[in-house]
Amino acid sequence: METFLGYARPDGTAGIRNHIAIIPSVACANGVVAAISRAVPEAVPLYHGHGCGRAIEIDLHTRTLVNLGKHPNVAGVLVIGLGCEVIKAEKLASQIATVKKPVEHLVIQQEGGTRKTTEKGIAIISKMLVEARKMERTACPLDQIILGLECGGSDAFSGVTANPSVGLAADWLVDAGGTVILTEDTEMIGTDHILARRAINSEVADKITKMVAEAEKLTRDLLGPLAPYVIAPGNMDGGMSSIREKSLGCIVKAGTRPITQVIDYGQAPSEKGLVLMDAPGYDTESMTGVAAGGCQVMIFTTGRGNPIGFPIVPVIKVASTTQMYRSMEDDMDINAGVILEGGSLQDVGNEIIGFIRKVLDGAQAKAEINRQDGILCLYTLHPSF
Amino acid sequence: MKPNVIVIHHRDTVAVALEDIRQTESVRLPDGTTFPALVDIPYSHKVALKDIAPGEHILKYGEIIGEAKTGIRKGDWVHAHNLDIEEQVR
Repeated sequence: METFLGYARPDGTAGIRNHIAIIPSVACANGVVAAISRAVPEAVPLYHGHGCGRAIEIDLHTRTLVNLGKHPNVAGVLVIGLGCEVIKAEKLASQIATVKKPVEHLVIQQEGGTRKTTEKGIAIISKMLVEARKMERTACPLDQIILGLECGGSDAFSGVTANPSVGLAADWLVDAGGTVILTEDTEMIGTDHILARRAINSEVADKITKMVAEAEKLTRDLLGPLAPYVIAPGNMDGGMSSIREKSLGCIVKAGTRPITQVIDYGQAPSEKGLVLMDAPGYDTESMTGVAAGGCQVMIFTTGRGNPIGFPIVPVIKVASTTQMYRSMEDDMDINAGVILEGGSLQDVGNEIIGFIRKVLDGAQAKAEINRQDGILCLYTLHPSF
Repeated sequence: MKPNVIVIHHRDTVAVALEDIRQTESVRLPDGTTFPALVDIPYSHKVALKDIAPGEHILKYGEIIGEAKTGIRKGDWVHAHNLDIEEQVR
C-alpha cells in the first residue's frame, strides 16, 4: 500500500494539515471568533452566516458544521455560541467530540459578553496549539485520502485541458484505493444517463438519475424556456452548443471509474471509489459541502481564473490556458494550458498527481500561501424567517 | 506544423479548434493528417472530422452531444445552427 505523511487521528482517519479551528455556531458569534483569531492568527476561523433564523436547513447546517469540526485536517476545535440561537454550541461540540479530538465550547451570553469570551477563547486556543505542535507526521495509507473536485470560472478550454487531466488524477487515486467526490449537480444536467451507466448497482444508478432530475427540475421551474441555455451566452460564444456538452466537460474531471455512492450535501462518504455529492454548481457552497464530506485535499479547475481556497483544506488550482496561468501565476498551481501547445494530457495528469502527493506530505498550494480563507458559504434552499 | 485542433476522445466526430481557422486553411490533427476547413472555424469551436448525415449522432468526449440537423461535411463548423440539442434538456 502506498503511503503519505499525515497526521493519524484517534478515530482512524488521517489529516494532511494540523489546524486548530474556531467555529461559530451562529453568525452572531463571528465577532468573537474574529477577536480570538486576531490574537492567535495560527488558529483557523470558520466564519459563516447561519445557525439561526431558519427551520428547514437546521439539520443540513448542523451536519455540515459538525463534519467540518470532525474533519481530519483539524486537530482541535473551539465552538463559540451566542446562547439563544437554534444551532447550539454545546450540541456542535458534543457531536464533534465523538471523534475523540480536543473540543471545547464557549457561550457568549453565559460568559458575560465579548471580552470575557474572547479572553477565555484565546487561552483555550493557545493551549490547543501547543498540543498540536507536538504532533508529528507519520506514514498513513493513501487509501485514506478523499479528493474533492471543483470547477469554477470555467472557459471554453476547462473541459478540454484542465478537467480531462484532473480526470487522470481521479482515476489514479481511485485505483490506489482512495475516494474522489464529484459534485455540482447542476453541471451534471444532460449527462445523468452517462453517469447512471457507471453506477456500481441499480440503486446507485436510480439515485444519480433522481439527483440530476431534481437539479434539472429546479433549473426548469426557475428558468422555464431558458433552461437549455443555463450554460449562459458566454459558453455559446465559447463553442459549447448545449448544456450536455458543457456538462460532459465538467464530469470528465472525475475520470472513468465506477460510481459507488451518492451522498447528501456535507455528508461523509461511507464507500471508497468515485462518489457523487448532491451540492449546487455555486463553487463556494459546494466546496463547503465537499470539505464537510471529509476531503483532505481539493482540486479546483479554472479557465477565467478563480483564486479562492478553503480554510481547512488545501485547494490545488489547475489553469486551463497558459495565458490565464501567466496572468494569475500567484494563484495557480498547475498549467494545463500546455496541452493546447502540444503537451500531452498524460504529462499534465502526472504533474497533477505529483503535486497532490507533495501537498499531502505538507507542501502548500498557492491558495494556502495566499491564505484564501474567506467565509464558509452554506447551501440554503429556502429564505430565512 | 503544430496541430491546430484537439481531439478529446478517439471516438469523437468533432475536434476543438485551438485557434481561429479560416475557410480553406488546413485543419491539422494531432496525428499529422490535414484537411481543409470548409468555413471559418472560430477559436474553441467544433469542426467536423467526417461527413455526418442528417439525424446522425455527433460525438464529443466519446459521448453523444446531439444530432446533425442537416448534412454536415468534414471540415464544417458544428454548433447550434446544425446541431440539434432539442433532446438535451428533456
